[in-house]
Amino acid sequence: MLIEVAKGLAFTLKTMLRKPITVQWPEEQKPTAARHRGRHILHRYDNGLEKCIGCELCAAACPVGCIYVGPAENDPADPVSPGERYAERYEINLMRCIYCGYCAEACPTEAITLGPRFELADYRRERTVVTKAELLEAWPSFAQARRPNSDTGVGADQKGRELNEPGVSPRIAWEASDELRTDSPRPDEFGVPSHVPRVISPDEAEPR
Amino acid sequence: MIANFSDIFSVGRVGEDGIVVIMVKAVVVLLALATAAAYLTFAERKVAARIQLRIGPNRVGPLGLLQPAADAVKLLFKENAAPSGRDKLLYLVGPALAGGAAIFAFAAIPISGLTCVGGTVVGDGCNGGYPFHWDLIHVNVSLLFVLAVTSLGVYSLFLGGWSANSKYSLLGGLRSSAQLISYEMAVAFALVGAVILAGSLDLEKIVLAQQGAWFVLLQPLAFLLYFTAALAETNRLPFDLPEAETELVAGYHTEYSSMRFGFYFLGEYINMVIVCSIATLVFLGGWLPLLPWIHSDWLGGLVGVAWFLGKVSALLFTMMWLRWTLPRFRYDRLMNLGWKVLLPLGLVNIVVTGAIVAIRAS
Repeated sequence: MLIEVAKGLAFTLKTMLRKPITVQWPEEQKPTAARHRGRHILHRYDNGLEKCIGCELCAAACPVGCIYVGPAENDPADPVSPGERYAERYEINLMRCIYCGYCAEACPTEAITLGPRFELADYRRERTVVTKAELLEAWPSFAQARRPNSDTGVGADQKGRELNEPGVSPRIAWEASDELRTDSPRPDEFGVPSHVPRVISPDEAEPR
Repeated sequence: MIANFSDIFSVGRVGEDGIVVIMVKAVVVLLALATAAAYLTFAERKVAARIQLRIGPNRVGPLGLLQPAADAVKLLFKENAAPSGRDKLLYLVGPALAGGAAIFAFAAIPISGLTCVGGTVVGDGCNGGYPFHWDLIHVNVSLLFVLAVTSLGVYSLFLGGWSANSKYSLLGGLRSSAQLISYEMAVAFALVGAVILAGSLDLEKIVLAQQGAWFVLLQPLAFLLYFTAALAETNRLPFDLPEAETELVAGYHTEYSSMRFGFYFLGEYINMVIVCSIATLVFLGGWLPLLPWIHSDWLGGLVGVAWFLGKVSALLFTMMWLRWTLPRFRYDRLMNLGWKVLLPLGLVNIVVTGAIVAIRAS
């Protein structure tokens, strides 16, 4: 028996001298798997036009009804997307989302995919509803790049620009706007602020 | 009256400590043991982590070194949840005894050799100067004293198990008392061989008798027996049956929370220190240096303290190492090992040692 014990001790000693495999998250991050289903991304074409054409098929495919698409007509002189319509508002309730990826499968233009981001916890419930400004792929000079066949490349971050966009994210607005912090009603005082997107129920998500 | 106070425990003492010296020593021992117990939990977690290829606690303070402090604060601030059907007095006596007995036992453990402040050591006494013993109470049967006081710890386990009015606690308490009583014999028999060789129960004299050769070389079997039994005595894996999580939740301290639980924890880890201290003193030459040329007289007993602590730490590490290597014994096999293997081997060791000593003496 003593020999077995000694063998076991030798093994654990050997393990002790090996380098620990711990990744010190969040300081160290491992890349997610290529097909990881994290928070959604709304993609653009290479010329900066949005792929989303506001068809609402993703909202219809969603089994929990967490997607809201507010479509609008494209201005032919200054289009947002190649089709007739584009998504003026695009909101996803991440508290409800089950990250099944059906929206990505339903999308005819491959506008929405599930991305690598997975750190989605927040202190404020309202901020877990992400809007188009957060979902949309970054674009450095958005106003210019809107035009068809622009050759401007994709950017890294869109901070500072989204505040002027229609479906501004309450999260970014909260962090960026001093006005919101001081003057306007706080969400916990008078309910959610007026610009927070309405979350539709599964019944409403049925194709009309 | 105060002048004679220290006489109570100073049987066989050369010179005499005043009450101030004793109190200073007591405070030092108390604080050192509490700190040691706290950092043993930290060391245990680090060793466990490295064996499992993890890093272990590293968030609180530099390298996670303040983790024990954070744990202590957490324990102190937790709610003292207690079962309503408990025996109110005994429920409190249990943890108090667990911590108290463990700390008390350390009083008679010499951590270094006799130092004569302003004199020189002659034999086991001083020629002038102040004789400074590196223990709290110098008893000439200190080994017996330590064994007796650590045995008091059984009461804490049993009382804690019984008074909580919970079946898991009771079963855990029964298991631990049975285990501790069984292995107490093995511990005692393993130590007797060394006592025969040294011809004394005084831990200081036992260490001094090892100046030629450590008793681990003369009594390898006894050392093995002692260390095995000591693991069982301290409820460590592979003999941690009293708190087998899968069967008994947490054993005798299931119904304890907050600092009451903390005291059991404290007692458990201080018991580890004591068990390793005895092993060091009786088998590993205590404060005697392994490399004679590193030992120096001008630093007096402090070098001895360093040697003693080094050896104790090595043994403590071995205990943790064993814990994360071996699986738990089944209860009947535990009893078999204690009564049918360790005890007979201990008896054989005593007889053989005694015979050899008798033959050489005649």
